[in-house]
Amino acid sequence: MKVSQSPWILHYDGSSCNGCDIEVLASMMPHFDVERFGVINTGNPKHADILLLTGSINAQTAPVVRQLYKQMPDPKVVMACGICACDGGIFKDCYNVMGGVDKFIPVDIYVPGCAVRPEALIEGVKKAIAILDEKKEKMKIAMKQGYCTVDYGRLAVHTTAEDYDAQVQSDAEPTEETEETAGEEKAQ
Amino acid sequence: MAAKSVIPFGPQHPVLPEPIHLDLVMEDEHVVEAIPSIGFVHRGLEKLVEKKDFQEMVYVAERICGICSLGHGLGYCDAVEHLMDLEIPERAKFLRVIWSEMSRIHSHLLWLGLLADAFGFESLHMQAWRIREQVLDMFEESTGGRVIFSVMKIGGQRRDVPQDMLKSFLERFERMEEEVKVIARTFMDDAAVQSRLKGIGVLSADQAEALGCTGPFLRASGVARDIRSTGYSAYGDVHVEPITGTVGDSYARCDVRIREIFQSFEIIREAVGKIPEGPVEVPVKGFPSGEYMTRIEQPRGEALYYVKANGKKFIERMRVRTPTFANLPGLVEMLKGCELADVPILILTIDPCISCTER
Repeated sequence: MKVSQSPWILHYDGSSCNGCDIEVLASMMPHFDVERFGVINTGNPKHADILLLTGSINAQTAPVVRQLYKQMPDPKVVMACGICACDGGIFKDCYNVMGGVDKFIPVDIYVPGCAVRPEALIEGVKKAIAILDEKKEKMKIAMKQGYCTVDYGRLAVHTTAEDYDAQVQSDAEPTEETEETAGEEKAQ
Repeated sequence: MAAKSVIPFGPQHPVLPEPIHLDLVMEDEHVVEAIPSIGFVHRGLEKLVEKKDFQEMVYVAERICGICSLGHGLGYCDAVEHLMDLEIPERAKFLRVIWSEMSRIHSHLLWLGLLADAFGFESLHMQAWRIREQVLDMFEESTGGRVIFSVMKIGGQRRDVPQDMLKSFLERFERMEEEVKVIARTFMDDAAVQSRLKGIGVLSADQAEALGCTGPFLRASGVARDIRSTGYSAYGDVHVEPITGTVGDSYARCDVRIREIFQSFEIIREAVGKIPEGPVEVPVKGFPSGEYMTRIEQPRGEALYYVKANGKKFIERMRVRTPTFANLPGLVEMLKGCELADVPILILTIDPCISCTER
């Protein structure tokens, strides 16, 4: 396996049962040891390359997830870990469950399982590195063409002119939810 | 007197594997008040009883929490079995005890690792989790799952564990015990660790009892209360002595949990010695009716399961009261007057399990 870079991971529990979360942590530990690929679990969204989400997201946690996604610099990859994060899993019928991470933010990799196995997670991280490379290439091209904006102090890159226009528009009207949680995230 | 300021803590925080939010009202470096807000993991699974029948609910109950998954399955099955007047075979009862104690070992080792991480001892964190992996391997061999087992069912156990596998577990536990002893020495005797834990977050026995705390958190304050001594499943046939501390600080909580790991090794040894041959399940006929409340001792403390059924396929109401929920008032009390730098450690010493709490 060719590892072109050492991605850092930001892990957030979006209303999961904890099973996937301890497997995420277990895969960082000596037995499975994703750290041999240079993968480090960071608590700071601005340091992270991969957003690792577990759980099916409920109303209260959705703005937090959106905020974390927004705070991560490009290029970034989102991994939905466990069947709950993929489509809701066993809790799909619950009243307070939105059913999947991809209802809120774009997901690049789905890793199913209940609970997700560390081997599957490592495979997912491997794929995430490939996607990161791909995105980085696109970013380079976009920078040459000049479709870049500086957004909340970070560089945001859009691969096409239409994409760029859409982003500028959506940034002009931030949703209410993201404003509420902005203070909480910054204080950490 | 300095002005008060509010520092939000969480829901996403490096020390927390799960989301909880605390508003810390600060006066300089000291916390005056802590206001918790929960609901980040609320799924509303108790209402699923309307959509899943009483047998399918076992899977839902096991997914209340991924760490104490086995205990939740046990509690729910125990309650429904009482409603249906099912007497499960002795072998199944002993298997439940063995697996419960294995859960306790893995949960406490997980907690020790997280605590070590919170006070900044990374290699100790890694060691604790490395030892824990051996329990998960044994779980995988005997149940087929690493964290979610789905091995409980109404009327017994989904699969039996061969006798020679149980014997091989004992040998492996013996090796594990030696390894735990090594890390336990560091937790208990290291001067740097002691300086982070001793005298931090003291909760007296009266306070802990008045606030309704449970589990190792309560026992560290000197109250000997352990639901295992009521003898549910096969706990009546093995020797269980509640392990208590005296001081009620973070060090005592760590000490109680470490001693509980060794106690669990003892209980497993005793249970494997006494386990009878025979079937592990009884056939289930009909539907449950009536109401029943059962209490079991989870790694984090007392958990309560209430089931109300009316003779139909779908039970009417299920209610779970989990140990972390009972321990939160104790945490809020403990945080008053502590320093900001100690907040992560204090949150960890109750062994919070937010998924259980919010269901």
